[in-house]
Amino acid sequence: MSEPLIEVRHLSKQYGETTVVDDASFTVNGGEIFGLLGPNGAGKTTTILMLLGLTEISSGQARMLGHDPEREPLAVKRRVGYLPDSVGFYDHLTGLDNLRYTARLMGMSESEREARIATALRRVDLYAVADKRVGTFSRGMRQRLGLAEILMKDAAIAILDEPTSGLDPQATLELLDIIRGLKRDGVSVLLSSHLLDRVQSVCDRVALFQKGRIVLIGTVGELGRQILGGGYAVEVEAQGPGLAERLKQVPGVTMVEQTGADRVRLLADRDVRPEAAAAVVSAGGRLLRLSVEEPSLEMIYTRYFQDQGERHAA
Amino acid sequence: MQREGSPWHGVGIVFLKELSDHLTSMRMRVLEWLVVITGIAAVYSAIQQIREVTAEDPFLFLRLFTRAGGQLPLSFVSLLSFLVPLVAIGLGFDLVNSEHNQRTLSRILAQPIYRDALLFGKFLAGLATIAIGLLALWLFVIGLGLLLLGVPPSGEELARALVILAVTIVYAGVWLALAILFSIIFRSAATAALVSLGLWLFLTILWPPLSQFLAAAVAAGPVTSAGELLGQLDTLQAFARLSPGELYGEVVAVVLDPSVRSTQQTLLASMGLALVERGSIPGALPLLQSVLVVWAQIVSLVAATILLFVVGYVVFQRQEVRA
Repeated sequence: MSEPLIEVRHLSKQYGETTVVDDASFTVNGGEIFGLLGPNGAGKTTTILMLLGLTEISSGQARMLGHDPEREPLAVKRRVGYLPDSVGFYDHLTGLDNLRYTARLMGMSESEREARIATALRRVDLYAVADKRVGTFSRGMRQRLGLAEILMKDAAIAILDEPTSGLDPQATLELLDIIRGLKRDGVSVLLSSHLLDRVQSVCDRVALFQKGRIVLIGTVGELGRQILGGGYAVEVEAQGPGLAERLKQVPGVTMVEQTGADRVRLLADRDVRPEAAAAVVSAGGRLLRLSVEEPSLEMIYTRYFQDQGERHAA
Repeated sequence: MQREGSPWHGVGIVFLKELSDHLTSMRMRVLEWLVVITGIAAVYSAIQQIREVTAEDPFLFLRLFTRAGGQLPLSFVSLLSFLVPLVAIGLGFDLVNSEHNQRTLSRILAQPIYRDALLFGKFLAGLATIAIGLLALWLFVIGLGLLLLGVPPSGEELARALVILAVTIVYAGVWLALAILFSIIFRSAATAALVSLGLWLFLTILWPPLSQFLAAAVAAGPVTSAGELLGQLDTLQAFARLSPGELYGEVVAVVLDPSVRSTQQTLLASMGLALVERGSIPGALPLLQSVLVVWAQIVSLVAATILLFVVGYVVFQRQEVRA
């Protein structure tokens, strides 16, 4: 793996007495989708603004593509696309004119501009309405227009602040699809969200923020193992004698729980469906249903803060 | 710590976008019609007056700008000194806070430009908009004068009128910089507009009598010599000049009337006194001398614009981007 595209070391931000971001460290590698997760006000947006050189860093270091966002903000901003939280456009201009304006600010040449804008608008499915004023756009359309701006910029890193907040389920799915498309193009994505389940499906790795500190960092699977013990829960519905005993011996299973007459719930550190199926069949049982629940961030998050609470109480 | 890149990069792009916004906005159209209609009314009534008098006046054309009377008690330039601030405030009061409120600021600043470019571009576009409007109005007034008076202006008259055009643009710059400053300080456009308009009303309507009152309080007492009288006048002017309208008025009075040799002349005349400098030749001052008389006022207007802009610039640079 080459140099990390984003490298953050001991980053802190104070406003007077209050510390908004406290000693945050993480790295984002090429072609990765990295999620900054946590409740509102946990310091995610401030971290992002520091990475873009839009707010001063109180202490610590950030490197974006090898550049210091405080000293060389233009070099950073040339290669990094940013979609702010509930992005705004000039309502009286058309979508096309809005993109033209930012394209000029990016220093794009006249000939390059129109072609790139058209390609970007097609990819976010706004080409047909590009001549309409942005004032008539829905929230989802605005978010997509913001993504078109990043696509047009041909950025190496896309920073998306709460890209799915306030969107209906359909619009969310469309947006997540475009984000996956960015990854396919080799763009590294740093996104922040307070909606854990939505984001889980696209993130390679996540950092959980709490009160300005990063409390957990890693892939969802890793965090699942770390916090929940076994991350996966496999539901087995099967008929036959002594199946529970049999399933207990499947490698990777940490716990077996009888949840109904013919139902068993397995906790495992990986997806043990194939082994469980084989175990049932080899014991002469009839397998009726087999399903898996992947570890969800929601579970990890809730469990983590429960544990924290208990520790504090103790 | 040297910043990489030029702060000017992007100024032109912001300038063109803002200019096109201004020129197509409904607000600008309303303001322009307001100025044009009142301006024409003032010039027209001035022409009526001039025709009735038809005295042997070597600077007949300049009377177009300064003559008041008839139905309209205001001259063209005094109308300008009243309305130009209104137009400047109308253009400037939401230049920066609208970017916050539309949530466009962070997106624009995430492009490879500095904040400087955004603020410079916005200020220059506002000033250019006003300059275009004033130039059109100026040409219109001269054309109207040519048609209705039938007397062509002399070269010097045109030059004097041009100086006034330039000074009017600077005067607009003061108010534009002030409006932009408030648009940076106040997140709400309505607050910024109200504060700017409040200050404008205070300085145009309340300040002149208030400054007289203050001057009287500071330098009161009976006048026994001409020196004391002039000293009192100086105090009065010092207070009055805190208002940019007063500075503009003094420039206009001197530049548009070659017979005026001092900014105190009109004040003295209102007391029934005349200013006679020893060794001076009565008659008209050449243009350069007229400009020299009010050079300090012109420079003050430019300085006020720069100062207000710099204060706004510093506040803007230190402001947080997030809403």
